[in-house]
Amino acid sequence: MASVQSYTFGCIILHVLTYQLFYLSAQSRMDRGHCCVKLSVKPSRGLMDEKFIVLVQNVPPGFQLTIHALHKCEDGHSWEAFAHYTANAAGTVNVSEDPSLGGTFSGVEQMGLLWSLRPVPGSKPALRMRKENVQTPMEVAISGYQGHQTEGFTDQVQLAGTVVERWYMAPGVRRVPITEGGLTATLFLPPGPGPFPGLLDLWGGGGKLVEYRAALLASHGFASLALDYLTPKITIETGKMVDNSYFETAYRVLEQHPQILGSRIAMLGLSFGTSITLKMAVYSKVMKLRCAVSISGSHVQPIHGSVEQMLNAFNENASKIRINEENQVICRDLTLPIPTEPALKVDVGRLQCPLLLVVGEDDQNWAAYEAAMDIKDMMERAGNSHLLTILSYPNAGHLIEPPYTPHVRASAYRSVNTHEKIVALWGGETVAHSRAQEDAWRKTLVFLREHLYGGRNPGATSLSHL
Amino acid sequence: MWSVHFATQHLNASGSTWLSETKISRRLSTMSWTAPPIVSVVPSRALVDEKIKVVVENLPPGSPVTLHSLHHSEDKDYWEAYGHYFSDHRGMVSVAEDLSFGGTYTGKEAMGLLWSMRPVPGSRQGLRLRKKDVCSPMLVNISVHSGHIAEGFRQRPPLASALIERWYMAPGVQRISIKERGVQGTLFIPPGPGPFPGLLDLWGGSGGLVEYRSSLMASHGFTSLALDYLSTDYEDPPFSSVEKAFAILKGHPQVIPDRVGIFGLSFGSILAIFFAAESATVKPFCCVCVNGNHIYPPGKSFKGMNQELLKNFNKVRVDENNHQIWRDMGRAIFHTPSNKLDVGKINCPMLLVNGVDDQNWPTVESSEDMADRMNAAGKGHLLTRLEYPDTGHLIEPPFSPHFRATNFTGWATKEKVILLWGGQTKPHSDAQEDSWRKILAFLQHHLYSSLTPKAKM
Repeated sequence: MASVQSYTFGCIILHVLTYQLFYLSAQSRMDRGHCCVKLSVKPSRGLMDEKFIVLVQNVPPGFQLTIHALHKCEDGHSWEAFAHYTANAAGTVNVSEDPSLGGTFSGVEQMGLLWSLRPVPGSKPALRMRKENVQTPMEVAISGYQGHQTEGFTDQVQLAGTVVERWYMAPGVRRVPITEGGLTATLFLPPGPGPFPGLLDLWGGGGKLVEYRAALLASHGFASLALDYLTPKITIETGKMVDNSYFETAYRVLEQHPQILGSRIAMLGLSFGTSITLKMAVYSKVMKLRCAVSISGSHVQPIHGSVEQMLNAFNENASKIRINEENQVICRDLTLPIPTEPALKVDVGRLQCPLLLVVGEDDQNWAAYEAAMDIKDMMERAGNSHLLTILSYPNAGHLIEPPYTPHVRASAYRSVNTHEKIVALWGGETVAHSRAQEDAWRKTLVFLREHLYGGRNPGATSLSHL
Repeated sequence: MWSVHFATQHLNASGSTWLSETKISRRLSTMSWTAPPIVSVVPSRALVDEKIKVVVENLPPGSPVTLHSLHHSEDKDYWEAYGHYFSDHRGMVSVAEDLSFGGTYTGKEAMGLLWSMRPVPGSRQGLRLRKKDVCSPMLVNISVHSGHIAEGFRQRPPLASALIERWYMAPGVQRISIKERGVQGTLFIPPGPGPFPGLLDLWGGSGGLVEYRSSLMASHGFTSLALDYLSTDYEDPPFSSVEKAFAILKGHPQVIPDRVGIFGLSFGSILAIFFAAESATVKPFCCVCVNGNHIYPPGKSFKGMNQELLKNFNKVRVDENNHQIWRDMGRAIFHTPSNKLDVGKINCPMLLVNGVDDQNWPTVESSEDMADRMNAAGKGHLLTRLEYPDTGHLIEPPFSPHFRATNFTGWATKEKVILLWGGQTKPHSDAQEDSWRKILAFLQHHLYSSLTPKAKM
């Protein structure tokens, strides 16, 4: 009997203790304020180029807070950003209104938690963030921590946190792989019956089929074809580089598509993609471009050369490539000095469509700024400079991409040309470069909207939500 | 000439591609140099209670156009709404700023294309739009047509269109099936370390497991349990079921144990009031009661309540459409003084949301009676009453369509009837929008802000 009694008594004690422990742990959770802090991001699902508002509420007035962003890439690497804030008298922090006192960015920077992302400590060097699968969103975990922290976030307890989705594809955008005519390409069609203006989207010397910018452009109403012209299936299989007719085939695919307006096709290129864009815009008998955008590139090239010949011309000038103290490769001198001989640069005086040039003045990979100045000069002398708009950004580097993705000053690079793995210096200072990306993207969309949608109807160029 | 055939598919499992099969013949050559208008909706992906801005650009200036919304439901019905607009000198229409001059809504209505949706002509009767799968979004097609038209939208191609996603679940919200202690439900946990205030989510007497309000509340920071309180092993549904569910919530590591409230609608509200007044074990920290009240035969089980209703079934009227009006049956039960829960014993804040045109239950009269009784007991300060004119029984999260009468299968009789819920579309939609904001503020205030952060932080 005694043992049963003590057992029963013991059970009671155990229950009481368990209850007390549970209550105490809940209480201490409350004491640490974990339960009352609210962190929200609006919108929680947005396009890559849309702004969001990060709001923290219910902390004590004057509370020191760190807001942290964490993103795990498809390649397994983690990137983070963080900023230090002090809560106001109402106990809130609003990232779009309050200044960051330090972290990976400072001052009032609504989107700083995205553009200042950098690889977490201990990561492989020379990384670059590029989304491969555009049909899934980029997920970013945004959390709040007590105090002004700078490291060891994964070991600490968050006060609050949420997840944000960032999409390259708007709902209803259709992704269509294109293999006709021997092309390696992907077409992105906006939602709706169409027909839509079209756009040929070219990246640079690293090759591969890079889809994200075309997907985003389609989300803004342009049927966009991302084209792999350096490592397409046909080159991999035959070992031969494509010739100029490959680009004309891509143009024809757009022109003949039942949902694309054949008379409203643009071309957009970055880096080596600019070389192709300028060449085709001026010399192609097949392509009748409505307008062109050239980012971080140059008109300096053997004008009658194919892709292979253009790349060889760079190889011949390899001695002009410099390497800095950090072993980063600077290629900008390859197209300097700007030649005076007509056969060595695209005759932009003969251009018949509007051209938007976007250049970063700290571009260490291509002499894009110098090229832009020479293009301006040539067009003024030829009398067609009314077609030209130059956006030149001080302290911006080579990789001027859609906004709110991280800037990297240098990253691992393997050119299809040399097949060497190097670390290329792109240039740019993060804050200035990020501002340049935001400004250039908005102006590029306005330019494309005006020339590809405008014309017959009075101009409609408001993009007030961006 | 156009010939267009749209066949829509829901989003596939991996998320983002919407396939639309179109057979379009080439446009007339005279039109090939004109670019079409552009429809943009911001945000294109949003929670169902978030507002959108619909803008059309590149129209001819000063042209009459119709903006149209179309949704293909999980039940395979089509729902639509439309408004008649004029473009300005820039060829632009902005739904948030311009006025609609006709259609399923008129005036300046930023969200009219959503809340004024109704089944397309020729649809089945008595339909109700309720999302079952909360892990996928509701897809709505927003398009612009030339001229002011009122029908045949799906037979003619729009000038342009956009697709939007409306979500009941924010990213990071976890969905967990609960089947324990004889309880069937779904738990939704907000993202973040937690713990969070808890909510027990109780719908009406037709039963079933309805998840969308819980997933939406979790998206606002409350760990919410949607409960199918009629489907249970216990002999006395819903009482033991609710008791056990409440205990599950309180004991959950992601719930702050003394910050658990109840959100009820219709019979779910009656349950909330029952527990707040009469229960010794279930003590909600606060309650939101939509169109439900303290009418309940004391000591009666759910079956007993049903018998009470059946006794008074002769009071059920039908309107000119043969839709059943249950209000007077409720009134008859109400007029028996003993059929009242002892609301004087309530000790927690209560938010009552009622529709004055509720044809299903006499909610306004009974809430007045409830207020009198609580005042008499010195508990009047705990009560907030919102009464919306021309508003019916089904006051749901905002921007969802209004249903004046829908199909209903009674738990008592198993008959299929059409019940009249009441309300007129525009005032009812206003009530949904206004009450939702106030409900969130009430829950935020009691379940969140009353937790004061410690000074040592």
